[in-house]
Amino acid sequence: MDKSTVTKLISDDGIRCDGRKVDEIRPIKFQLGVLKNTDGSAYVEWGRTKILVGVMGPRESHPKHLALADRARIDAFYRMASFSVEEWKSPAPSRREVELSKVIREALQPAVFVEYFPRTSIDIFIEVLQADGSTRCASISAASLALVDAGIPMRDLVSSIAVGKVEGKLVLDVQDKEDKAGESDMPMAYMPTKNAVTLLQMDGQITYEEFQQSMEMLKKGCLEVYKKQREAIESHFKVVEPASEEA
Amino acid sequence: MSERIVPLVRKKQIIELSDSGKRTDGRSLTDYRKITIQTGVIEKADGSSIAMIGDTRVAAGVKFEIGDPFPDIPNEGVMQVGAEFVPFASPDFEPGKPDEVAVELARVVDRGLRESKMIDTSKLCIVPGKKVWIVHVDVYILDHCGNLIDTAALAALTALLTSTMPDACLEGDEVKLTGKRLPMPICDLPVNVTLAKIGDKLFVDPSFEEEEVLDCRISVAFKENGMLCAMQKGESGYLTVEEVLRAVEIAKDKSQELRKKVTEAINVAK
Repeated sequence: MDKSTVTKLISDDGIRCDGRKVDEIRPIKFQLGVLKNTDGSAYVEWGRTKILVGVMGPRESHPKHLALADRARIDAFYRMASFSVEEWKSPAPSRREVELSKVIREALQPAVFVEYFPRTSIDIFIEVLQADGSTRCASISAASLALVDAGIPMRDLVSSIAVGKVEGKLVLDVQDKEDKAGESDMPMAYMPTKNAVTLLQMDGQITYEEFQQSMEMLKKGCLEVYKKQREAIESHFKVVEPASEEA
Repeated sequence: MSERIVPLVRKKQIIELSDSGKRTDGRSLTDYRKITIQTGVIEKADGSSIAMIGDTRVAAGVKFEIGDPFPDIPNEGVMQVGAEFVPFASPDFEPGKPDEVAVELARVVDRGLRESKMIDTSKLCIVPGKKVWIVHVDVYILDHCGNLIDTAALAALTALLTSTMPDACLEGDEVKLTGKRLPMPICDLPVNVTLAKIGDKLFVDPSFEEEEVLDCRISVAFKENGMLCAMQKGESGYLTVEEVLRAVEIAKDKSQELRKKVTEAINVAK
């Protein structure tokens, strides 16, 4: 494959290949309650990334010996559909999917009041239908909405976004093209009202100063995602006005 | 990991001690345990090492194999890290396929080495577009007494640094080994530093006892020039943004100490 250095990913006036500014996130659309057979569900379109999340539980633990005496056990299953990427992907879980399932679970766990549901299981099933970068961030953000939809009490929403380094510049919310050609990728998940970083990963090369700058950008980005999550919740759950006297 | 009551009692003690900057094994919060690295321990491997941090012991072996390149990088060799958790290393390890803990460890160690670009993979090409060297770096956890990630990263790094690679050439349509050995195309010396958060304190190089009660951990890998090349938060707790910044600062400082240990170990090997 030829190195696509011909097409620049960021123009001289700081506009990215999809028209965004360096600190601009893609259009994000969250929707709650999209599946009929789950306890809670959510769908997200994050640019061209499309993900469905279903939550089952709290329910009886299976197998039983895995149940925890003092809290609910959370499990996350991050899977990519075979048609979600450029080339056909084997549906069997890869090492990447195993790792992502683990870090996604660990990113959501601090938000859930697991101690309210001892001996039960909460299973979070994530199906990436189309992957165009930042799938773990979109998964976490959508999964926390699915947990809300399931009526599971939470300390806060978990919001997530990534900062990448592309052609020497730090950019917010990396899409696939930027991720593949970029110099680094750093996703973070965050509970804004708790100032709690629940997921943090990085690969690629950045200086210590760029790392500090990235943390600032990530915090701001997560707040933007948080706003969109709240909007989705508010539009899903109607506020019921008390019945008037004439009715 | 199975539920344990005793660690929760110990947690209180660990936190109380840490308020005066102490730890149950006498270290300060930023001390590593004793680090020993032995290289060249497996003659049949192309490179090998046994690294110990405290009583945690990890063996790493490097093996070269002729294979096909990835289609998007046809002229570059491939490095891949695998991890095996040997059942005698801990009563919690079970025989069988690597579980998510093993997969995460392998991938964290892999990213630290890979993203630093420590190996010039273009030098691992035998026949452009057709045959390249696949470098298998496999770490075997032999004794688990805390901080597997740093110990495994040290073992993998020193095994690679002390490796030599076979020389191959094309004879007609066949790739033949010449029997000569070539030096490894090494460009960097990345090290990984892990800290645990317990209560509101950060503990460098968590021991087994500390790992049992930690809220979460953060691992950061640094290149020789001080740049970050990989990072991973793990386990189910959280860090505040300020704690993340502090952890990376401490890790940056400690990375130089680790690198010194590595340099000493390879100088002994030479």
